[in-house]
Amino acid sequence: MSATLAEGRTGAKRRFDPTILIFVSPTLILLFVFVAYPFLRAIWLSLTKTTLLGGTVGFVGLDNFIELFQDPQFGTFVANSVFWTVGGVGLQLVFGVIGALLLNQRFKLRGVVRGLAMIPWATPSVLVALIWLWLLDPNRGLINTVLERMGLMADPVAWLSDPHTALPTLIAIDAWQGIPFFAVMVLAALQAVPEELKESARTDGCGVLGVFRHVVVPSILPTVLITLVLRLIWTANYIDLAYVLTGGGPGIASTTIPLQSYLTAYKQGQMGNGAAYAVIQAVILAILVVIYLRLTQTKGAKR
Amino acid sequence: MTSSTLVTTDGLHTVRIPVVRPPGSRFRGLRRLGRVGLYVVIVGWLIATLGPYLVMLLTSFTPGKELIANGMSKLPSTLSVRGYIELFQTTAFLAYMRNSLVTALCTVLFSLIVASAAAISLSRFRFRGRTALLTVLLIAQLFPAVLLVIPLSTMLKTGHLLDSPVGLVLVYTTFATPFATYLLKGFLDGLPPELDEAATVDGCSKFQMVRHILLPLMRPGLTAAGTYIFIFSWNEFLYALTFTSTTASQTIPVGLQLFIGDYQVRWDLLTAGGVIAAVPVLLGFMLVQKQLIGGLAAGAVKG
Repeated sequence: MSATLAEGRTGAKRRFDPTILIFVSPTLILLFVFVAYPFLRAIWLSLTKTTLLGGTVGFVGLDNFIELFQDPQFGTFVANSVFWTVGGVGLQLVFGVIGALLLNQRFKLRGVVRGLAMIPWATPSVLVALIWLWLLDPNRGLINTVLERMGLMADPVAWLSDPHTALPTLIAIDAWQGIPFFAVMVLAALQAVPEELKESARTDGCGVLGVFRHVVVPSILPTVLITLVLRLIWTANYIDLAYVLTGGGPGIASTTIPLQSYLTAYKQGQMGNGAAYAVIQAVILAILVVIYLRLTQTKGAKR
Repeated sequence: MTSSTLVTTDGLHTVRIPVVRPPGSRFRGLRRLGRVGLYVVIVGWLIATLGPYLVMLLTSFTPGKELIANGMSKLPSTLSVRGYIELFQTTAFLAYMRNSLVTALCTVLFSLIVASAAAISLSRFRFRGRTALLTVLLIAQLFPAVLLVIPLSTMLKTGHLLDSPVGLVLVYTTFATPFATYLLKGFLDGLPPELDEAATVDGCSKFQMVRHILLPLMRPGLTAAGTYIFIFSWNEFLYALTFTSTTASQTIPVGLQLFIGDYQVRWDLLTAGGVIAAVPVLLGFMLVQKQLIGGLAAGAVKG
């Protein structure tokens, strides 16, 4: 409706309107200079031998990629990335949906609770890391103290410096930080389910579970899927927690592909190899981005 | 449950009750139980979410000696502000705060200008490439930071913008603008188009229409978008870590990360820094949480 109205209004000037160009050019320039160009340059860097101090030494073709695939540690990086992303987002999905159903109930101060629950979303990642570093401190942290008092733990656990617990602990912290966002996205979808639909399902003899299965689930599913893919992309790229809390360690126990990219570029100074890791990450994520675009566009078309 | 079914003496009464009460009320007891359960779970969720922040707050006011002796196993005997005093006297925290504030406020200013212009054209004008621009804005948010950080650091180095708030502001403006644009576009789509149509009919140019009609109406949207941009820049870690190297430009997240390495046992100092890092963003977030959460939901879903 409004689209056709607006179209008619500006139809005469549609060919070229300098005002519109003035309005959108700052965005276009920024995106070109700081996203598109660096993107191409990253691909170029991945094909060169470039060091942090020495600059680009020369073009090496696919050598960086061959080197990286032949690295016996590469399998661990991939496995860690998958575990980190799927584990973190899986927890966010399960608890996020449960949380959304809870927040969708009627209770006092619901708006305030929703805002308070979202606080971790607005918290600096380094601060999340700092808080949990203190809570998880092996000797003086609250978690170990409580577990010991309850008799659940004999010896203090070094959550972040034990190779078996480091990555699972990081995943738990990521879930803690990410669940509220997931919950609030799904909540928005729940609140958009038309009450008449639920009502007519009820008069057709659906019970509480029936209404949920046949009305609520189908109508929130697109949002859940979109949020799921969005979180997968973000979590896959999210390295702040691991960088601050474990540095990818102990050893490489909590190193993911993007973290390895960063560490290779800035700790080892091998920018070319680091860029190669990042390009691999981008290629894998491109699949998710395409799925995300498909999902949002079909959703948009429905409206 | 089993114990109550064993009480058979007043079995007659229990049979009679559903007959006396109006239909539907046999669920009343169950429903009340459900409500109590709901509140218990909600409170539990809030404790899990906010508890860590309260622990941080309490730790920051606990005398350092007690922390070393008892950790979190005892409540502090007295409250002290020594952590805060030492933080300002012995560390560069004030410089980090200044850099964070300058960077965040400048980013808010620039990004709001760029994003409003883009949002107005996307919401009010129809032009070739409009859909493409929306898609580009969406994709720009999904790029792996790790992929762009390496080329961006070499670009900033070439432009002598490394270790300078200017470089950070440019990069932050780029990465905050896409979502801010979506937020503002969503807000503008909710404003009746008749107003600016009338202005256009009355012979206003596009600039006059924006200046006199849209901008004054956009104030709540600008507040929400501005707060988002502030939170984004205040919290950002990876680019700040990479592009800054001295107290001339290091922001609070970078400072906190350095503290974690340098003051590993001084939890009173660390948590004092954490509290100061948290206050502005959490206050800002709570002030505009309703619009921000609504915008987040719409932005992630509509695309």
